[in-house]
Amino acid sequence: MGTVSLNTPPTGMPHVPEPDLHQVLTPEGHRRPDHDLDPWLEDVTATMLAGLHRDMTVIRRLDTECTHLQRQGELALWPPLLGQEASQVGSAAALHREDYVFPSYRENGVAYLRGVDPLGLVRLWRGSTYSGWNPAETNLAAQQIIIGAQSLHAVGYAMGLRRDHSEAAAISYFGDGATSQGDVNEAMVFAASYHVPVVFFCQNNHWAISEPVTLQARRHIADRPWGFGIPAMRVDGNDVLAVLAATRRALERARNGGGPTFIEAVTYRMGPHTTADDPTRYRSKDEVEAWRAKDPIDRVEAHLAATLTDSDRDAQGGPLTIEAVREASATAADEMAAALRTGLAGLVDPGPEALFEHVYAEPHHELARQREHYRLYLAQFDGEQLEAGAR
Amino acid sequence: METTYREAMRTAIREALLQDDRVFLMGEDVGAYGGCFAVSLGLFEEFGPERVRDTPLSESAFVGAGIGAALNGMRPIVEIMTVNFSLLALDQIVNNAATLLHMSGGQFNVPLVIRMTTGAGRQLGAQHSHSLEGWFAHVPGLRILTPATVEDARGMLWTALEDPDPVLIFEHGSLYNLSGELAEDAGPVDIHAAAVRREGGDVSLITYGGTLPLTLEAADRLAAEGIEAEVLDLRTLRPLDDAAILATVVKTHRAVVVDEGWRSGSLSAEISARITESAFYELDAPVARVCSAEVPIPYARDLELAALPSAERVVAAAREAVGGGG
Ligand SMILES: Cc1ncc(C[n+]2csc(CCOP(=O)(O)OP(=O)(O)O)c2C)c(N)n1
Ligand SMILES: [Mg+2]
Repeated sequence: MGTVSLNTPPTGMPHVPEPDLHQVLTPEGHRRPDHDLDPWLEDVTATMLAGLHRDMTVIRRLDTECTHLQRQGELALWPPLLGQEASQVGSAAALHREDYVFPSYRENGVAYLRGVDPLGLVRLWRGSTYSGWNPAETNLAAQQIIIGAQSLHAVGYAMGLRRDHSEAAAISYFGDGATSQGDVNEAMVFAASYHVPVVFFCQNNHWAISEPVTLQARRHIADRPWGFGIPAMRVDGNDVLAVLAATRRALERARNGGGPTFIEAVTYRMGPHTTADDPTRYRSKDEVEAWRAKDPIDRVEAHLAATLTDSDRDAQGGPLTIEAVREASATAADEMAAALRTGLAGLVDPGPEALFEHVYAEPHHELARQREHYRLYLAQFDGEQLEAGAR
Repeated sequence: METTYREAMRTAIREALLQDDRVFLMGEDVGAYGGCFAVSLGLFEEFGPERVRDTPLSESAFVGAGIGAALNGMRPIVEIMTVNFSLLALDQIVNNAATLLHMSGGQFNVPLVIRMTTGAGRQLGAQHSHSLEGWFAHVPGLRILTPATVEDARGMLWTALEDPDPVLIFEHGSLYNLSGELAEDAGPVDIHAAAVRREGGDVSLITYGGTLPLTLEAADRLAAEGIEAEVLDLRTLRPLDDAAILATVVKTHRAVVVDEGWRSGSLSAEISARITESAFYELDAPVARVCSAEVPIPYARDLELAALPSAERVVAAAREAVGGGG
């Protein structure tokens, strides 16, 4: 075997300049001009920024609440999105109602912005239900667990949109690790070949469980789609405005018959992969701290603090101050969390009969036979044991 | 020496790495992380990134690359996180690993070992929890192992690596924390024979892998009722040890097959068929089966447990076989 170590770039590769990281808000909250993105941000106001601040604050709170609920044994598992708020809020804020979202397990913030009740997410991750929302109301598919598989579903959905001459687009969310899967690459081939209205939204959060993104890609992930014939953009995923603008741009291209676009949102998973993971086993404190300094919420706050003027007004016409923004966001988060806790107390676990539900759309004699066997089996036990038997 | 199934498996991998420099381990998170189920913990530090190799996230790619490496004389151990994810590599396993010897007229051996976790019970949902080893046992060209004890976790790997054909090892996720006594000099074990884990004359409980512990528990409960169950651990699902299956049925005249896989078109169906083909006139009762409910394995804890074989169900099936017979 050769001696090339996994982490040294292969020699002899022609040097191609890396595309810039598109950034509109610096970590310090300064607004930077960006030729490609600025046209998509002309409607940005202080009120709108306050709204994005609120949404990011609420989903961060939702995320921490659910992480705690898992630790308290209320949820079986939870995949934290901490650190990825701007990627999720910025992209979801760009979507129209009729656009269709194909998420992975981590897009709980996107789900919230699609109108999913946080309690729906809790019910789902607790196992009280298989569906925490009505997809017809939210245009949000079920969360995908098989890495990358949803990218193909988004392409198929977009093929249908194109056939229907619809104005809507499909968007597929996935991670940096997913870009190594055949499904994601094949999805790009199909999307390019059929020129369908789809956005591939990759949250490069730098880790796939314990594997760093450098194991998946020697160059920027956003370099790869070009080879499939898909324009790509690499944006600061902790910059909610950059993400919003890039997603708007990609969606608009899709709506206007411009075909697929790929967005690499460069962000960082601040928490564990899931509540079952211990990230201190594979990454350094320094790395995490360096990313903490690029916090997506802090930078919006810094920006607002520096730019709000006496003439900025809140929805009620009162003066919009940074304190007011902070307070409004914190109140919204508190209200969401309180409702979540109250709702949690009323959740009912599914009864044993749920075992045979939704295996087929239509009744089915084999399933009916199994259900009957199971009923008879449970009936063998007395009341007390019946519970234990179902347990 | 008291050890766990996980440690026994790790010792086996470590020994293989030490004894044969053609051996290397690859898969997702097997490196510094030590594997998603902590099986390879510490091996990256000891053997380095060439021999304990994290792979990009593509099951098809790392199984296919494993085949390529095996063709050229390496002895890869490929780890797939769960059997559900092996479905992304099905083409490489079934169309390639299993057929290359045949399709090359015997020119190319594929001495590849693929290890994967199988089974439910950990609240990971349908896409992580199925038991598909029976499917793989359908495929000529593959050898299928299901270690269920610490001895087998310790000993099957080396024998599998010595085998010139592709071998799939299924490690039931519920077994990793199983602890047991392992002899200091424990080493390689055979990978062709089933093993009687408990002797008995009244009924044969035939099982493998993750359901062995609950089947042994059922046998204990049956003994308390005066029913002596014999427990046969198949150990290898392909080729099946027909002689051992026949021997126990000839002895007890009653059989209950316990398999976490689904019932229809399954390994349990195969065993039942073989019994009726070769020991029909020995039977005093119909062959019974205890399998998982034929539904995607549920995520909710209670539902998941309800879907799976349990000691109670095995006891009930065995009672019926004994009580219902002549
Ligand atoms: C096909 C498949 N292989 C392996 C896994 C196990 N797994 C779950 S999440 C994960 C890492 C995914 O990383 P990435 O795509 O970067 O998404 P992130 O978790 O960072 O959001 C892996 C390997 C899986 N769910 N599906
Ligand atoms: Mg990732």
